[in-house]
Amino acid sequence: MYVAVKGGEQAIDNAHRLLASERRGDLAIPELTISQISSQLALGVARVMCEGSLYDPELAALAIKQARGDMIEAIFLLRAYRTTQPRLGDSVPIDTSAMDVRRRVSAVFKDLPGGQILGPTFDYTHRLLDPALMGEGSPGEPARSGDGARIETPRVLELLDRDGLVETSPRDRDVGAADDLTRTPLEFPASREQRLQALARGDEGFLLGLAYSTQRGYGRTHPFAGEIRIGEVEVFFTPPELGFEVPLGTITVTECEMVNQFHGSGDEAPRFTRGYGCVFGQSERKAMSMALVDRSLRAAELGEASGAPAQDEEFVLSHCDNVQATGFVEHLKLPHYVDFQSELVLLRQLRAEWEAERAALKTPAGVSLREAAE
Amino acid sequence: MTGNTQSALGERQRLMKICANATATELQAAVQPFEAAVCAVDIRPPQTGLVMMQARTGGSGNAFNIGEATVTRAAVRLEGGITGHACMLGRSRERARLAAILDALGQDAANVPLLERVLVEPVTGRLEREAAVRRTETAATKVDFFTLVRGEDS
Repeated sequence: MYVAVKGGEQAIDNAHRLLASERRGDLAIPELTISQISSQLALGVARVMCEGSLYDPELAALAIKQARGDMIEAIFLLRAYRTTQPRLGDSVPIDTSAMDVRRRVSAVFKDLPGGQILGPTFDYTHRLLDPALMGEGSPGEPARSGDGARIETPRVLELLDRDGLVETSPRDRDVGAADDLTRTPLEFPASREQRLQALARGDEGFLLGLAYSTQRGYGRTHPFAGEIRIGEVEVFFTPPELGFEVPLGTITVTECEMVNQFHGSGDEAPRFTRGYGCVFGQSERKAMSMALVDRSLRAAELGEASGAPAQDEEFVLSHCDNVQATGFVEHLKLPHYVDFQSELVLLRQLRAEWEAERAALKTPAGVSLREAAE
Repeated sequence: MTGNTQSALGERQRLMKICANATATELQAAVQPFEAAVCAVDIRPPQTGLVMMQARTGGSGNAFNIGEATVTRAAVRLEGGITGHACMLGRSRERARLAAILDALGQDAANVPLLERVLVEPVTGRLEREAAVRRTETAATKVDFFTLVRGEDS
């Protein structure tokens, strides 16, 4: 527990002025612009939007600049901003099948309608630092091909579904305010919809670690990346005053569908199961981790032995939010003077008792007392 | 809903979609030729808020919340009494108000031919050109993976 302290206003003010000056750094070096950050550090911006749970590339770039590149601090800033804004309503669920894809790959079928489209990926790069980027220069024009028509990409899992080889995603309930973690505190057991919201805004590193743990045997799910797609989807919203769907514009999302080991029962033939990930921006690692953890959290539902960390809903959902986590970890540095004083008093008392006991043991009378006690 | 109002609604949504993807400069240029736009009165001054974005589990299952997005809405009334609404991603009050004016203008059939020329054609033209560039760049990264046979030659 920490207690409120008074004073130090001048020092705090000066510390913040120093922070602002350090953030800016050497005045001889040009200042970063928001558009430079949003266009050239786009994947960092995507992460901040995703975990900040707010789609606004400009604000996310501003948060990164203000936070000096500290991603969790930037995420915190975005979360704080959203609490100041009114909620206008819920969008119509996005249709990722209609995505204008920038990237689309499948690890389960080599040949598929629409093809394997690599898009702007780090995959197959040699991970060698590029000295050319030390300076300024143009990377050259991207290659082009085709007539510019929309690339149609039927969903890979639908191909499996045609033969009944994969479970379908149930569509049997409407989500409401009760499912929205920002409106109603999470209670356990959570619905899959609540879990997916928590994972969508969860920390990439935490989810990556958990996803990795399932691959290493802590709750194995035998996953295959059925399909990963990145691209733009249109968003629609029905404003109450209009009563019809208004197109709001487009957002970039990454979607990952994992195909996992079979499940069946006396009534149902064995079928592949699936895990789902869908996040803001180009955030492939996050979407894949989300899909793996989503599937792991279904262990009880699918009657699988559980006990691994990634299968423990309360453990995963209570600890995946990095703003909550950083708040509790970092609060340790705030004044705990009174709390610590009470610990000190207790410790001194224990030590005094210990010393007294030792002193008593050293005297002959003490020895006899001890022997008598035994 | 009759076929007529259905298509009128479709037409309104089409213009709204174009406005949602237009820049402030494009919207300003589109409003410019209309004298009625000058006297537009705010019914709802532009307001920024959040809309919760939803996706569906597995792409087609139950909906869940991915996160919010900033959205700005506005409503105006023109001199003749026609009201216009706008609701679009982002925080630009200017864009939302201009789009609301254009929504009002679009509901008067007399304005439609001019709107086609100053709004629809330039904006859809730019969007289509940009999309075509993006799609040809994307299509150039389409690959064919070869599966190599492991073991001895048959």
